[in-house]
Amino acid sequence: MDESGKKSLAMVVMSGDMDKLFGAFIIANGAAAMGMDVTMFFTFWGLRAIKKNVSTGKTFFGRMLGAMYGGDIMKANPSKFSFGGMGRWMFGKMMGGHNVQKLSEMRDLAVELGVNMYGCQMSMDVMEIPQEAFIDGVKEPVGVGFFLLKAQDAEIQLFI
Amino acid sequence: MSDDIKVDLELDLKGLLCPLPMVRVSQNITNVPVGGVIRAVATDPGAMADIPAWAQSTGNEVLSAGKEGSEFVFLVKRIK
Repeated sequence: MDESGKKSLAMVVMSGDMDKLFGAFIIANGAAAMGMDVTMFFTFWGLRAIKKNVSTGKTFFGRMLGAMYGGDIMKANPSKFSFGGMGRWMFGKMMGGHNVQKLSEMRDLAVELGVNMYGCQMSMDVMEIPQEAFIDGVKEPVGVGFFLLKAQDAEIQLFI
Repeated sequence: MSDDIKVDLELDLKGLLCPLPMVRVSQNITNVPVGGVIRAVATDPGAMADIPAWAQSTGNEVLSAGKEGSEFVFLVKRIK
């Protein structure tokens, strides 16, 4: 609980999978709606969820990673039945048919609801993804110490 | 049902899925005065559990929640 008596949720988002990102943003938006203070700490594969559709990478390997794992949140593939993009298309159709919001819309709603989003500085350095590659609303990068401070004060901690 | 309760705001949540019915109620609760009532109509059965849970967590009150045909109708009172 924070000083104002608000309950809080601290979440690590390591996955870049479509299905897991759906879960992460549905929980984050639900928690924000319920009046909780929400922290999302994006690391490794999760970084793409807060990235704009821009190319990244400075070194050869960094640019290669940017090319192979580039794009934005709409490029996220499901963790099962990926089939080189077919799965994403199929789930996109199915979800659209059931009137589920797009992943990008859920993420933008999270920004609107005041969810606090942070990139992990270390994985941003390793993957050569700078803060400028992130959408507006993502706060300045932090490290694990910051996340742990948030997590130890939170009623709910999740790793996705 | 509840004809004597004055409704300050009508919310159409039809077609919205989890977590949006709850999110929309939460975004609109400050659009009614304290003591004011929102009448929300949803089609997502999950809202029957979620909106009362939201109210419990945020300290607001669900005056009634019921199924009317294929719709779920809520009267939500802003407490604070």
